[in-house]
Amino acid sequence: MGDGIVNGAAAGFSPFLLGWIVLLPLIGFLVNGAVAIAARRYKPVPLAAASEEEDVAHRHEEHPATPEPIPATPPAWTKSLPTFVAPGVIALAFAIALVNFFRMLGAGDALPVIERYWSWMPVGDLQVDVAFQLDQLSMLMTLIITGVGALIHVFSVGYMKKDEGYARYFAYLNLFVFFMLILVLGSSFPLMFVGWEGVGLCSYLLIGFWFREKANADAGKKAFIVNRIGDFGFLIAMFLIFAHLGTLNFVEVFAAAPEQLAFGGAVVTAICLFLFLGATGKSAQIPLFVWLPDAMAGPTPVSALIHAATMVTAGVYLIVRSSVLFAMAPSASLVVGLIGALTAIFAATIALKQWDIKKVLAYSTVSQLGFMFAAVGIGAYVAGVFHLMTHAFFKALLFLGAGAVIHAMHSALHATHSPRDAQDMRNMGGMRRWMPWTFGTMGVATLAIAGIPPFSGFFSKDEILGYAWSGARGELPISQGSLFGVGGEVWMLLIGVLLAAAALLTAFYMGRMMLYTFFGPNRTGEAESPHLHEVGASMKWPLVVLGVLSLIGGLFQVEADVPIVNWFAAVAIGGPDALYNFLAPVTAPAAAVMAQNIPAATVATHPAWPVLLAIVIGAGGLLLAWYLLKPAALGVEGEEPDYRRAWERILHDKWYVDEAYDRGVVRPVVALSGFFARVLDRRLIDGTVDWMGRAAQSVGMVGARVQSGHVNTYAFVLVVGAVLALFWFSGGFAWLAAS
Amino acid sequence: MIESYLPILILLAISVVNAVVILGLTYLVSPYRPTSVKSAPYESGMPGLGGTRDRFSVKFYVVAILFIVFDVETVFLVPWAVAMRDLGWEGFAAAMIFIFILTVGLIYEWKKGALEWD
Amino acid sequence: MELDFQTSVDYFWALLPEIVLSLWAMGVLLADVFQKGSRSEASRPAIAWLALAGIAAAAVANVWLMTVTGTGGMIAVDGFRIFANFILLLAAALAILVSMGYLDRHAMNRGEFYVLLMFAVVGMMILASAQDLILLFVGLELMSVAIYVLVGFNRRDPRSGEAALKYFLLGAFASAFLLYGIALVFGATGTTDLALLAETIGTGVQDAPLLLMMGVGLLAVGFAFKVAAMPFHVWTPDAYDGAPTPITALMATGVKAAAFAALLRVFAVSFGGLHETWVVAFWWLAALTMIGANLVALTQGSVKRMLAYSSIAHAGYVLVAVVAANAVGAAAFLFYLLVYTLMTAGAFGIVIANARGDRERVSLEDYAGLGWQQPVMAAAFAIFLLSLAGFPLTGGFIGKLYILRAALAADQVPLAVILVMASLISYFYYLRVVIVMYMRPAPAADTHAGLTASRPLQVAVGVAAIGVILLFFAPAMVLDAAQGSVAGLFIAQEALFGLSRGP
Repeated sequence: MGDGIVNGAAAGFSPFLLGWIVLLPLIGFLVNGAVAIAARRYKPVPLAAASEEEDVAHRHEEHPATPEPIPATPPAWTKSLPTFVAPGVIALAFAIALVNFFRMLGAGDALPVIERYWSWMPVGDLQVDVAFQLDQLSMLMTLIITGVGALIHVFSVGYMKKDEGYARYFAYLNLFVFFMLILVLGSSFPLMFVGWEGVGLCSYLLIGFWFREKANADAGKKAFIVNRIGDFGFLIAMFLIFAHLGTLNFVEVFAAAPEQLAFGGAVVTAICLFLFLGATGKSAQIPLFVWLPDAMAGPTPVSALIHAATMVTAGVYLIVRSSVLFAMAPSASLVVGLIGALTAIFAATIALKQWDIKKVLAYSTVSQLGFMFAAVGIGAYVAGVFHLMTHAFFKALLFLGAGAVIHAMHSALHATHSPRDAQDMRNMGGMRRWMPWTFGTMGVATLAIAGIPPFSGFFSKDEILGYAWSGARGELPISQGSLFGVGGEVWMLLIGVLLAAAALLTAFYMGRMMLYTFFGPNRTGEAESPHLHEVGASMKWPLVVLGVLSLIGGLFQVEADVPIVNWFAAVAIGGPDALYNFLAPVTAPAAAVMAQNIPAATVATHPAWPVLLAIVIGAGGLLLAWYLLKPAALGVEGEEPDYRRAWERILHDKWYVDEAYDRGVVRPVVALSGFFARVLDRRLIDGTVDWMGRAAQSVGMVGARVQSGHVNTYAFVLVVGAVLALFWFSGGFAWLAAS
Repeated sequence: MIESYLPILILLAISVVNAVVILGLTYLVSPYRPTSVKSAPYESGMPGLGGTRDRFSVKFYVVAILFIVFDVETVFLVPWAVAMRDLGWEGFAAAMIFIFILTVGLIYEWKKGALEWD
Repeated sequence: MELDFQTSVDYFWALLPEIVLSLWAMGVLLADVFQKGSRSEASRPAIAWLALAGIAAAAVANVWLMTVTGTGGMIAVDGFRIFANFILLLAAALAILVSMGYLDRHAMNRGEFYVLLMFAVVGMMILASAQDLILLFVGLELMSVAIYVLVGFNRRDPRSGEAALKYFLLGAFASAFLLYGIALVFGATGTTDLALLAETIGTGVQDAPLLLMMGVGLLAVGFAFKVAAMPFHVWTPDAYDGAPTPITALMATGVKAAAFAALLRVFAVSFGGLHETWVVAFWWLAALTMIGANLVALTQGSVKRMLAYSSIAHAGYVLVAVVAANAVGAAAFLFYLLVYTLMTAGAFGIVIANARGDRERVSLEDYAGLGWQQPVMAAAFAIFLLSLAGFPLTGGFIGKLYILRAALAADQVPLAVILVMASLISYFYYLRVVIVMYMRPAPAADTHAGLTASRPLQVAVGVAAIGVILLFFAPAMVLDAAQGSVAGLFIAQEALFGLSRGP
């Protein structure tokens, strides 16, 4: 399709049906959307009433006098069609992506292949085409999006089975995949921006999917405004790039930047910081992370797909895609790394005290995204992408598993019409007896995120930490950079320490979550617990597949020269350092820029202690959670425990550390976050917005008062305006100014 | 070019002077002794009956508007008729188009019943 | 076909779309009156479809006009006119489609409505294509008189009559300004032909006589009234609010687009030499309109009135393209008018649809919960509102982007900044409606049940929504057409002055 211009043909690689990867989800959206509109006729409040009252004049030509009675329930096809179409198109797109992947592997270091479809914005010197760029990075992202996406679609078939908005849900989900693919495959900043806005739109549509009665206007507004701030940064960065480089196509920008922009100069630093501002909005980093926890109101598979595996990683993708620019701005890179590390620890502490199982995972996601940003900030682009990939596996699995638990809880509570909260961990406990598959797969994911070898998270997280320690010893190019006059290696030490602490907390809160959910006595209730059950096949198998991926995902990138890790080199998929070698063409230009401008860093050394430390941290966190929390009494659902009385009881009881955490870490951090929420969020952002709104309104009121409704007032205004205009045209102002 | 407008200027001046002189003279010269009879709207005419704010049938206005339309038609057609031979077929076609449009209007108002009083 | 306007027959060909539409309108008038006679009953639906067919026929004639070239004469035969004609015909078609159910609901389905609408469109088309100030005035009056009547068409509603009277009084006032301006320009230059004017005036701002400058100023005032730029907008909110909503849609789209087309032609082409002077006046008009209209729109509780102010604000954005006064600006101008027509007509279409019986529900509260009970309608409205705000993924974003580029190309940086700030303000009031639709619960489960959206209205809204989205994803085709169509507009000027203006 299209008049494709294939650049990579020389390298022996031609893309296979590239456009269809993107087109298929769009087709799915259109089909499911049509079904959704058709199914709407069968709702309790149908438009049937509308056709009753429709204007008299047209009635006789449209319908016979007796309209067909509309059945109360929609016909079966409104469910069976989306069931096959929605996961089908994504699976097909995944298959095409796989074909392309193997072709790409066969072609070696293929150049980016640009497939051009039509000219999009041709105005003067701004030439932007609708074109897709397929290279190793976008290939990997496409595989993750369609692969994990297909699994989540299959899961959704079971999860959403009874929802009346079934077709609408799949329409949105397909549309999301479409925009996400545009985001990663677009060959220019504006096209990426289209995907960027599109996924945001779908995200709101899906958050709002069940919002109808609760109507949390503030949360919706907050998400929208927070993301507008991020988009503002993205747009400014685009304008800056265009103003200085005269193009917005990736290939041209990254070719021109090292030649036309000064290394470490103000321009490239500003571009990078504004790009990063855009990334913080979409990827929920400090200070724009506030919207993500609220986003958990949507259906759980949506949280898995959008708010864990794909959309929120767009910021990481943006930075890796622009790695040439970030390599040219070491201080901006350090900002990225520092913000990432701060977010990682900050969100991890919040996750410690959440009772809602999805909130735990939401803050965990924010924290893990912080790890990725820390990685790309210190120049370890492959490590960031690697963690992005493993995180997509295990976090999607965790969300889907949580969804399965919530699903079971919901049907159990529903059976007895209990008003209790299906997402509160205080109502769970001992679930492993009813849900062995869910428990097993979530267990794998927990071990992965905690960083226990040989699970996938161990490899990716260890690589990030390893790079941070390496940078702290001055072995990375960005170690030579500085921020606020402090050397890069100092910042990297800080980043490393923060990340290590965050890793410990990660293991701890994940252990806590597993403990409260799957172990101990069941707290669902006498009447309810018999209704708990394992999920059906369509929900079970995606969990299993993701479980396998969470287990082996780390073997795609086994560092050959790091002790302990290289024990796994024998079983590494595609050989040691496979992902590193695969992504080398994408990260090579950035590495070249750094090599050219930074005096050669010392040769990297690979001691064994960081790996051991990482293992100890991961295992230690889990064990701490197990021993400290197991005997802990749980509070009542919906209420936080009374901490003051708990403080008195600490002297007598054994669970001292939980409360210590609470007072020593969580409370101050929560207080700090509360401070941020009050001062930064509410007073500064909301306040400014409100103030601007009020000021603008009061000016508007004056304008509105002129609109009195009296024609003579109007005529007077007209005459005044005309007199002023004539005075100008007759040169009156010039005359006044001269005299 | 501006000189060719001189006669108009003179005319303008004369009419202004004329009006001012007449009004000024009557104001200055005439005695002013009003009586109720003299102040009536129609001095030495019919005595007024009732108020002036009577409601008229809207038909009067319809007829008046229709009259103006066809009055204007005459205003256009008479000069054309005078110069018809000089204007040739082109002028003839233009006049016919004009008449055609007005005829459509006439048919419309006829069918609409605007020409019937009841 | 090549037209040199030596004979009257050439005028017949050059005016073919207008002639087709006029004849068709007369035919519709007679068909309606012969079908009903003097009885005051609702017209048949066929009358509306007949009117729509007339619009289609005029569009066909307009397509044919693309094969024609012509120079000289009182009527322009160029790409600009053809593009503008398509926009005007589109506006008219959308207005007819949204009228169909509306007129029945308000018991005012009379064939004359469509006839007057068609005559108004003829006036708009002449306005957009006049190469002579006299013809321009004829087109303006033809359009205005028909619209005055249409504004007051709902005789039972006193607000409709009030709106018509206000619009008529102030419109007559503005027409007088315009006509006086034409007279002064003629007095100063001895011609009313736009091309001749450009030659006569030349580039000498310093030498321009006071008479000419006063004439240009009066013309600017007259046009500013018609496009509703601040402070000449005062009639707009009342007239838009009181008029039958389909006519409001037509006024906000067609009337405004036609007046803008004439404005650009007169000022960019004829008064191109006086660019330095008028550009300052329009600069202030644009700035004042963008800021003022957006601020006042914030305080409006009625969605219909909010949209009225929104249309004033958009006049400000388009004026920025006029101020840029280069080829990029003219292309951006046409593109923006197209996307603006689609999104504004669509938005008013939703306002028409959100009604029960003959009661329009225009207050903000009437939209609460619409997103859940009428998802398709609310989604379409959200698309139009976001597009009006200039949100990416909609044509409104591309339109604003092009205007911004034109402004930057002409070095109008402060104006570009004002445009961006004004758009940001506009987000508040557009989004407020979206948020009310989706985030505030409806008072009752059946609040929005049985809204009277007729099938033709659904078609119009659907077409507009798809158009708005398409103009984001594939604007190149329209933009190429727009750029091609304005190429000729500035050629004469470049030949005269050897440059296109602006730095």
